[in-house]
Amino acid sequence: MSILINKDTKVITQGITGKTGQFHTQKCQEYANGKHCFVAGVNPKKAGEQIFNIPIYASVREAKEATGATVSVIYVPPAGAADAIWEAVEADLDLVVCITEGIPVRDMLMVRNKMKAKEAAGGKKTLLLGPNCPGLITPDEIKIGIMPGHIHRKGRIGVVSRSGTLTYEAVAQLTELGLGQSSAVGIGGDPINGLKHIDVMKMFNDDPDTDAVIMIGEIGGPDEAEAARWCKENMKKPVVGFIAGVTAPPGKRMGHAGALISGGADTAEAKLAIMEECGFKVTRNPSEMGKLLKSLL
Amino acid sequence: MKIHEYQGKEILRQFGVPVPRGIPAFTVQEAVEAAQKLGGPVWVVKAQIHAGGRGKGGGVKVAKSIDEVRELAGKMLGMQLVTHQTGPQGQKVRRLYIEEGADIGKEYYVSVLTDRATQKVAMIASSEGGMDIEEVAAHTPQKIVKIFIDPLTGLTEAQARGLAEGIGLSGHTVEQAVTLLQNLYRCYMETDASLVEINPLNRDSQGNLIALDAKFNFDSNALFRHPEIVALRDLDEEDPAEVEASKYDLAYISLDGNIGCLVNGAGLAMATMDTIKLFGGEPANFLDVGGGATAEKVTEAFKIMLRNPNVKAILVNIFGGIMRCDVIATGIITACRAVNLNVPLVVRMKGTNEDLGKQMLAESGLPIISADTMAEAAQKVVAAAAGR
Repeated sequence: MSILINKDTKVITQGITGKTGQFHTQKCQEYANGKHCFVAGVNPKKAGEQIFNIPIYASVREAKEATGATVSVIYVPPAGAADAIWEAVEADLDLVVCITEGIPVRDMLMVRNKMKAKEAAGGKKTLLLGPNCPGLITPDEIKIGIMPGHIHRKGRIGVVSRSGTLTYEAVAQLTELGLGQSSAVGIGGDPINGLKHIDVMKMFNDDPDTDAVIMIGEIGGPDEAEAARWCKENMKKPVVGFIAGVTAPPGKRMGHAGALISGGADTAEAKLAIMEECGFKVTRNPSEMGKLLKSLL
Repeated sequence: MKIHEYQGKEILRQFGVPVPRGIPAFTVQEAVEAAQKLGGPVWVVKAQIHAGGRGKGGGVKVAKSIDEVRELAGKMLGMQLVTHQTGPQGQKVRRLYIEEGADIGKEYYVSVLTDRATQKVAMIASSEGGMDIEEVAAHTPQKIVKIFIDPLTGLTEAQARGLAEGIGLSGHTVEQAVTLLQNLYRCYMETDASLVEINPLNRDSQGNLIALDAKFNFDSNALFRHPEIVALRDLDEEDPAEVEASKYDLAYISLDGNIGCLVNGAGLAMATMDTIKLFGGEPANFLDVGGGATAEKVTEAFKIMLRNPNVKAILVNIFGGIMRCDVIATGIITACRAVNLNVPLVVRMKGTNEDLGKQMLAESGLPIISADTMAEAAQKVVAAAAGR
């Protein structure tokens, strides 16, 4: 098992005909069972055509009806990305993975509230991963997103992080130590997003094929602290924690829109302290994440 | 993106939030003419810099005659204004705002921002205006009222009334506040702001409300649809290195240390800085080259880092995922030659074609120190910066 996706997941790619969408769709097709997983693309102007043997449909709903896909991945440029998310939600997909970086915060605010209103009215709940995230992978089965597939190895460690390359760093350390991953999930660096650390930690806790988790966060926002407090009461598996940004000055946006210290509680030190208090094994040395996890098994 | 007070007040005025009459001035002569145009008997001469805390730093003064306006403007223009937000070197005053004097009654506080936890818009108000809101939050949190606005419905009249009464407004002032707050909310949403703060919001002796200061931050992801706001950008208020970096799509932040860092990915860049600190060094900058670490981008990144005279060594930490390490090595070699690198360079590369990349660096003839892990790279660059 794994969380969220596996070798049988069927995926629609929104923005498949753009440069980024094309490049990563090919990489995803080449990975493990990808040829069978990526079953549809969406572009209203190119409906009826094919790209890399993947049929293109006019809308997400049509693509879903024709292929039975339950997941979509979005590479649509920032100005139209929130609308693309909403289209996938309206088509009642299970999961939407939004890779796009640079979506206006107001657009995300509107679409997140529309999603919540739809659920509150009894509509189907669609999970959103991202935006501004690398996606997620279940090694040797399926990769949805932009991470390099070859650094991963099938195994029993979960990884969840806001940052792309820092996730790869943790994964590579695990793989070098002979520890494979059940799933690795990048939740993205934006202030208004879908799945948060806590949601992914709950899934890893419930996954019988995950033995331990590396949770990586960064400065800004309350999410890591919220996840740590939940874990203190509920998590049955060991967790290694790292927070990037001990050296980040307050009031400066450190690359990610969400990586901004705005109060006292969202500094790296404050989050590390809460995580430690909640039973995580935290490290201040990101080169030690893998080794520390291995010591807990 | 930040703007000046006078620009913020103009936006507030457009959205129906009352502000005093005022005119910006770039010279003493313009300041005098502005004061004459506004008419007396009292004016406020306000230094326009992006940092807060101007009043305490001597950047806001009341004048009771045209001569006094002239004298104050002469003193303020060109001064290095030091506030708790500028750092000890201060910020040079290049613009003034000449405003009509206000009938100060009671000062309140109001701000709007996006709340990550609830994914709503938060409106925060307090009866304790005119002071630092963090201080109020720390000492008298009961004097801060906060509401969360669903962007699908907007700020309702009932919510606005609740907020106004919550900070102790009464009578006809409450009706004014409801309109003002609703206009302020509309202003926040329609301009794609990430923060609007009015501190103080003044209630005069007649019970009328007026915004005496205006602070705006805008979501940089949304600037593409606001050319009118981009036009308000004042590059004099920004770090020249950060401005230069943004031209090449590099995320760069200047810091106080002596070790330049070039990394791909924001999280990894912060983690690299943290590792340097862990081993006793101090980063000179944050620099995320993003996903496409091309030779051109790496060269520009080196140039920007090396413009900082404090830089004694550079650490490059790249996780080559989709981007191959041999391509990155080419970029680093090209950049080193182009800038005539004269400080020690430590390179740590990980990922696709790692061995080929390392071999290329080794055979380049450049004095590059290689490292396998982030920790090893940090130790080596800290030693190199110390001349060891």
